[in-house]
Amino acid sequence: MLSLQGATVRFGGRPVLDTVDLEVAEHEVVCVLGPSGSGKSTLLRAVAGLQPLDAGRVSLAGRDQGGVPAHQRGVGLMFQDHQLFPQRDVGANVAFGLRMHGVAKGERDARVGELLELVGLPGAARRAVAALSGGEQQRVALARALAPRPRLLMLDEPLGQLDRSLRERLVVELRELFGRLGTTVLAVTHDQGEAFALADRVVVMRDGRIAQSGTPLDVWRRPADAFVARFLGFENVVPATVAGTVADSPWGKLPVPQDAPQGARTLLVRPAGVRLVPADTGLTCTVAARTFKGTHVAVHLQPEDGPRLEAACALRDAPGSGDTVGAEFDADEIVVLD
Amino acid sequence: MTARARTRRGSAARLGLMALPVAFFALFFAWPVAAIVARGLKTDGGWQFGRIADVVTQPDIRHVLWFTTWQALASTALTLLLALPAAFVFARLDFPGKQVLRAVVTVPFVLPTVVAGSAFLALVGHGGLLDQLWGVRLDTTVWAILLAHVFFNYAVVVRTVGGLWAQLDPRQEEAARMLGASPFAAWRKVTLPALGPAVAAAALMVFLFTFTSFGVVQILGGPTFSTLEVEIYRQTSEVFDLTTAAVLTLVQFAAVGAILGVHAWTVRRRESALRLVDPRLTARRPRGAGQRALLAGVLATVALLLVLPLAVLVRRSLDAPGFGYYRALTRTDGGTFLVAPVHAVWTSLQYAVAATAIAVLIGGLAAAALARRDAGRLVRGFDALLMLPLGVSAVTVGFGFLIALDKPPLDLRQSWILVPLAQALVGAPFVVRTMLPVLRAVDTRLREAAAVLGASPWRVWREIDLPLVRRALLVAAGFAFAVSLGEFGATVFIARPDNPTLPVAVARLLSRPGDLNYGQAMALSTILMVVCAAALLLLERLRTDRTGEF
Repeated sequence: MLSLQGATVRFGGRPVLDTVDLEVAEHEVVCVLGPSGSGKSTLLRAVAGLQPLDAGRVSLAGRDQGGVPAHQRGVGLMFQDHQLFPQRDVGANVAFGLRMHGVAKGERDARVGELLELVGLPGAARRAVAALSGGEQQRVALARALAPRPRLLMLDEPLGQLDRSLRERLVVELRELFGRLGTTVLAVTHDQGEAFALADRVVVMRDGRIAQSGTPLDVWRRPADAFVARFLGFENVVPATVAGTVADSPWGKLPVPQDAPQGARTLLVRPAGVRLVPADTGLTCTVAARTFKGTHVAVHLQPEDGPRLEAACALRDAPGSGDTVGAEFDADEIVVLD
Repeated sequence: MTARARTRRGSAARLGLMALPVAFFALFFAWPVAAIVARGLKTDGGWQFGRIADVVTQPDIRHVLWFTTWQALASTALTLLLALPAAFVFARLDFPGKQVLRAVVTVPFVLPTVVAGSAFLALVGHGGLLDQLWGVRLDTTVWAILLAHVFFNYAVVVRTVGGLWAQLDPRQEEAARMLGASPFAAWRKVTLPALGPAVAAAALMVFLFTFTSFGVVQILGGPTFSTLEVEIYRQTSEVFDLTTAAVLTLVQFAAVGAILGVHAWTVRRRESALRLVDPRLTARRPRGAGQRALLAGVLATVALLLVLPLAVLVRRSLDAPGFGYYRALTRTDGGTFLVAPVHAVWTSLQYAVAATAIAVLIGGLAAAALARRDAGRLVRGFDALLMLPLGVSAVTVGFGFLIALDKPPLDLRQSWILVPLAQALVGAPFVVRTMLPVLRAVDTRLREAAAVLGASPWRVWREIDLPLVRRALLVAAGFAFAVSLGEFGATVFIARPDNPTLPVAVARLLSRPGDLNYGQAMALSTILMVVCAAALLLLERLRTDRTGEF
């Protein structure tokens, strides 16, 4: 459906998008994940035709889009802060794309009603956009982008400005909606939870390049490198030397899975893989801090030697600040990164 | 398409937009001014630049230069002194009738200079109100000119400074207070630096307007006081010394160029990041004796300086029993004109409508080109050039029209379009200044959203830009209309004697002796004032404080 080959965009000589290759299949929902400044918005703008490429090509359904202006590409883009037209009401916003494509009035009204129904705002056509809440604006922006039946729908931080509970609800709604409509979707976000919940496939970007691409489960289980692991929120990332099923790390000798790659590597220790035991066994640590996470407590341990270590611990077992404890490691929760 | 090809297409679109404004200003501004300068400085096929030194070292010319400069400085200082408290009052105090007062303050700015001249003559001149009450006459002193300049430019300071002041976030001052600053220290350290560039920009605009003042000085200056612009007029139309006129034009050109350069710099500085909030949220009811006294002082200033002269003008026009002066305007037997003076109303309106159409077209295209994100340095330079007609001698432009546009291929001397063209030249900068900030404020991503939904560039303009700038367009048109109605310096040269505009007719009536002529001038000025004020009040209903710089 969508194919990028060596797509490159430079701002003042600095590459913002650096020879990116990306394929999105029909009906696939792909989420580009990355910190701000990693080039993900530029990627969307390049596909939409709003940002000319300095090198490489964008094709849609096998057709090279070089020289095709934005309004003729037939893709939809939902902007980060929605960009609803302030001087038009909800209905006119949704109908805008249909009008641009010369759809007759009667058909247009029917489609607007249908779409507002779809996004959960039935009968809102006459409302002013200024009177909408953030969540409602987001729904209108989605309806507007969907109205001309784009062959590819792109979402830029679709839920970025909404509060947490609303975001979690909308993510589920979006996922269901795309499944039902069979829409091809390319979304970008900096929120890993959002990306994992929404996407069939996650693409992690760093400094204009693709750092990793895979299903949410793959990426979560096997981050490609230290950057991806840290970006996903893992703190326990250290250099180590792997020999057989043992890794020599700043926290001592740790067990690693059977098929782990050998030699000088980076080690990821999931917090769930750090077990707290009495102080006289395992790695001796002092509890530096503890933060309550709802389902568990994150305990920050300071070993006598080496970097801090984060452990996940059941509520009733959590030690207090300043306690001395031992730490043992679980091979299943340790990943040797390539 | 490569990025380079797209950049080329962007430049092509910009060039297309700029073509008409550039051609217009080249043909109707640069060429006539150049023709005048050439006529004055070129003899026997050679340039006589030595004459510049000859002219500017003449004692009476040096006197004119000195007077022009110091009266402009004094006018600017006086205007700031009187108008800055009003800027505060309008920005931070909330009181009943504020909207009405805001409109009242703005009226003088769009009034023709001859109306202000007539009004101050009626107030402080021979047989004026002060003369009758206390035997005080100011028309032989420079005070009449200075006060009339304050009358005009009060609104410039109130609008430019007050508009920004109202949008400054009061919480910034509160933050300073929480860190231990006294109210005055908080104002001095937080608000004043934020206002500084706006005050500087307003002061420069006032200086520019008063430096090039013509109508006011022509009417109130008598034989004693003469600005550069008045002297240029005198040299061309009375002494017929084109060399001196050309040199003075160049001097004024250089001075105005310098002022505009500094102005452009302060405007750029003004665009520095400030926390702006909705002005409606920052105004409070006056608290304490100090604020109430300030409000009272501003109200008194407005009443005495802005309202009283106009009231006296109206009163004077009604001096003859049974609207005698107004009825006299409908007769042709006054001998001053070939047609009844009231005919000038109709002439002026026709000219103003044509001039407005031209100014909006030219100024609108120029603003659209300047507002483009990809505008380069060359285009931004054009931005400053567009302001030049505001300051370059209108008299020179008018006289230049007569010299430059009187032979094929462009012989417009007999054409009625000559006057609207000259007036549009002065109106177009106002259109650009009003439209540009609004066009620049349109979020590019709104346009992109429309493009992604399938709108071609032309549809994007029609569907996104136009609805957002429609209001500003109307405001700009209103300004151009008021400016055209009041334009005097250029029109006085090119309006045909049998078909004068309102300001020209007023000036001509004032230059004749006798009560009837004086009374008719007052009556005609009143009519002109009513037309301009009506146009402005219509605008006040449309505009928001954020629309443009004026």
